[in-house]
Amino acid sequence: MDDFIAARSQMALSLGFHIIFSCIGMVMPFFMAVSHYYWIKTNNDVYKNVTKAWSKGVAIFFATGAVSGTVLSFELGLLWPTFMKHAGPIFGMPFSLEGTAFFIEAIALGFFLYGWGRFNKWFHWFTGVIVGISGLISGILVVAANAWMNSPAGFDYVDGQYINIDPIKAMFNKAWFSQSLHMSLAAFAATGFAVAGIHALMILKNKNVLFHTKAFKIAAVFGCIAALLQTVSGDHSAKDIAKRQPAKLAAMEAHFKTESSASLIIGGIPNEKTKTVDYAIRIPGALSFLAHGDFKSEVKGLDQIPADEQPPVAITHYAFQVMVGLGTIMMLIAVLYFIAVLRKKNWRNSKWLLKLFVLATPMGFIAVEAGWTVTEVGRQPWIINGVMKTKDAVTPMPGIAYSFYLFTAVYFSLALIVIYMLYRQIKMVGKLYDVDNG
Amino acid sequence: MLYVVIAYLWVSVLLYLLMGGADFGAGIIELFTSKKNRPRTHRTMYRAIGPIWEANHMWLIIAIVILFVGFPEIYSTMSVSLHIPLTAMLLGIIARGTAFTFRHYDAVVDDMQVIYRRIFMYASCITPLFLGIIAGSAVSGKIDPGAHNFLEGYIFSWLNLFSVAVGIFTVAICGFLAAVYLIGETDNEEDTQRFIAKARTTNIIAAIAGVLVFIAAKIDGIPLKEWVFGNAVGISAITAASLSLVLFWWLVKKGKRFILRVLAGFQVTMILLTTTYRHFPDIVLLKNGAHLSLLENSGHEKTIYSLGLALLIGSIFILPALFYLVYDFQKKKIKS
Ligand code: HDD
Ligand code: HEM
Ligand code: HEM
Repeated sequence: MDDFIAARSQMALSLGFHIIFSCIGMVMPFFMAVSHYYWIKTNNDVYKNVTKAWSKGVAIFFATGAVSGTVLSFELGLLWPTFMKHAGPIFGMPFSLEGTAFFIEAIALGFFLYGWGRFNKWFHWFTGVIVGISGLISGILVVAANAWMNSPAGFDYVDGQYINIDPIKAMFNKAWFSQSLHMSLAAFAATGFAVAGIHALMILKNKNVLFHTKAFKIAAVFGCIAALLQTVSGDHSAKDIAKRQPAKLAAMEAHFKTESSASLIIGGIPNEKTKTVDYAIRIPGALSFLAHGDFKSEVKGLDQIPADEQPPVAITHYAFQVMVGLGTIMMLIAVLYFIAVLRKKNWRNSKWLLKLFVLATPMGFIAVEAGWTVTEVGRQPWIINGVMKTKDAVTPMPGIAYSFYLFTAVYFSLALIVIYMLYRQIKMVGKLYDVDNG
Repeated sequence: MLYVVIAYLWVSVLLYLLMGGADFGAGIIELFTSKKNRPRTHRTMYRAIGPIWEANHMWLIIAIVILFVGFPEIYSTMSVSLHIPLTAMLLGIIARGTAFTFRHYDAVVDDMQVIYRRIFMYASCITPLFLGIIAGSAVSGKIDPGAHNFLEGYIFSWLNLFSVAVGIFTVAICGFLAAVYLIGETDNEEDTQRFIAKARTTNIIAAIAGVLVFIAAKIDGIPLKEWVFGNAVGISAITAASLSLVLFWWLVKKGKRFILRVLAGFQVTMILLTTTYRHFPDIVLLKNGAHLSLLENSGHEKTIYSLGLALLIGSIFILPALFYLVYDFQKKKIKS
């Protein structure tokens, strides 16, 4: 394996792994806080058990998220030293603030996990809320750093020199808002659907129904609200990209030729040689509308981008289709769910709805991975859009392929262990937390 | 502001060495505990570090972020030349952090525990070993950015007597810190005596390892003796550390936990002070004689300013909360 490809693959692997844990770490504390709140208010022990069961899961994910994040902060240098040498001082602001947010999160988690029965109830509850808020803030900050790579700001690039650096401007670059918003919603949608799906499965299996129903409701409400908002924010992101990264938009949409009244291409197999897309569904004018809000407007195609600055089209296009497809399904499920809640008293008995949620368990996370593939692969060949190429940033050290194999092995074993532990956790719910049948 | 940032960097490294070190040390101590006593040691350790271990490790992240934001050239040079030990340390961090959590949150207690424990103990040794190797390599003058072959550039930069000796010394220090820390965390007299014995042994081992570092430095041609004894600060720090060592041996019999902790922490602080003071502000010495200096190789003025501000503001939030966490868990030991 080529060292450059190995470095990119290792980065993608580490980030793809970290994002799952960080989504859960950001969102679960909010679910716990709601359940905890109900417990304090109603004194119903089922809520306490839900909170406790979840907090064990969170501790596992938090630790895994923290170590994989620590690895990332080193990997930025291990794999992309030239990038970090120049970019570090510019886009470092969110990272230094993030340090504070992580720290607060870790401290609050210490209070929360070890504080059962030791503090004032509301103080204890509050520490859980702090875990969630600081996690969310750190997520937003890191994404702002990533947004800077897509939409560099806060410096002038003159003759290979980075001058007039302004870290604050760099942090509030053009992409930070749309990306952070979309990512935060994605975390809620993905985690909400995954958690709801697992509890729905247990309800269908008729195990500890009271416990799982309460848990299901909390997760489903969060997940569904986020899924509804997600599509709106996704559309906002797409319009944003049309302005700041036309090459990425063209690759996402497999839009080879610049044209006005451009049609939206759904599905299909992009052929990068003939510059055509086979077997696709086309909706005339729709792309122009989505990108610029006007059916007639012109959309820049890949033909206007120099050949050596075009991102890989096929991967970006497929990934985008996967994200949008799953997003649409999740949105539809959310609509059904809210209709069911509003109209039918005993909605949770409707098996078909629960089955839908079970089917949707992995969808959010697949969409998250696909979305990041769009963002990162769609930016290629640039590491800093329009300023530095990825291949110029890579470490000179040979043999990165071995490091990639090593990390692949480590991450896969870790993933297996975590899944196995989660499975055991769920299997034990009956023994540890069941109050409805003794 | 640059000095504020440098002070934060130094303090983060120190705190990581002290708190993270005691944390690693707990795993090392467990490795060197007889089978019979292991479960008890483990329980004590969990009670002692459970609530704060996440926070302990944040110091490393703070230090890294300060390096890559404020001193990008130093960060990228070290990342390239020390790629291999850094990767080894990372693998140690992954293995240890996850094994620690799995041990305590696995819902079913069975044979998996044996695996988690092994991973935890060995990773507790490997991580500080490579941490020490990295620190040693930075000042060893073996890092050669102009190297022409793989061995020169990526292996001998860290695989040398001096760096390895510093690695071993770091492991010993961690074990010592943990033993002292655990003295105050037990709930019965027998365990207290056990940890007192361990504190003595690890202290002797650390002293021997320290001597090894000097010997290795001599062989590798590193003027360590001059760095340590060649200036007033170095000499006074070493004297203070030695005096506190005498006090330590006298007091350890009595198992006074607070004073012992302060003394152990003081010794480690003095060691870090002597080894960093003499060649401040240079923290990476290269083979060609050039230095990477905290003062000259820092980021742009505006970056340093906002970094310093971020750190100061962050501390306002963090320090009181952290202090309260530690204080509270010291005051009322966890019941279950
Ligand atoms: C649950 C996950 C999820 C779902 C359902 C969607 N997305 Fe998404 N999307 C993400 C998760 C995600 C993400 C992983 O969070 C990304 C990667 C980078 C980012 O900021 O968010 C992303 C990026 C991303 C980008 C690129 C942003 C950039 O590079 O700056 C666009 C244009 C969209 N999305 C558009 C959509 C549309 C039109 C959707 C309609 C259904 C949609 N997304 C659903
Ligand atoms: C957590 C969600 C993220 C995922 C899943 C992700 C995914 C990826 C993928 C797939 C690549 C490889 C692209 C290619 O080489 O074709 C990549 C590259 C990279 N990403 Fe991300 N990314 C994420 C967030 C971030 C963030 C927040 C940052 C930095 C602040 C970042 C920095 C980088 C860098 C430096 C590279 C290597 C250079 C490059 O290929 O452009 N990523 N990432
Ligand atoms: C979009 C991408 C990312 C998001 C949303 C994200 C979010 C998070 C969150 C919420 C946590 C807290 C851990 C948990 O609760 O499980 C975390 C941990 C961490 N992340 Fe990320 N992260 C992202 C990418 C990155 C990147 C690129 C880096 C490296 C530069 C990084 C560095 C860290 C570190 C060092 C930690 C550990 C902090 C701790 O101990 O709490 N993250 N991340």
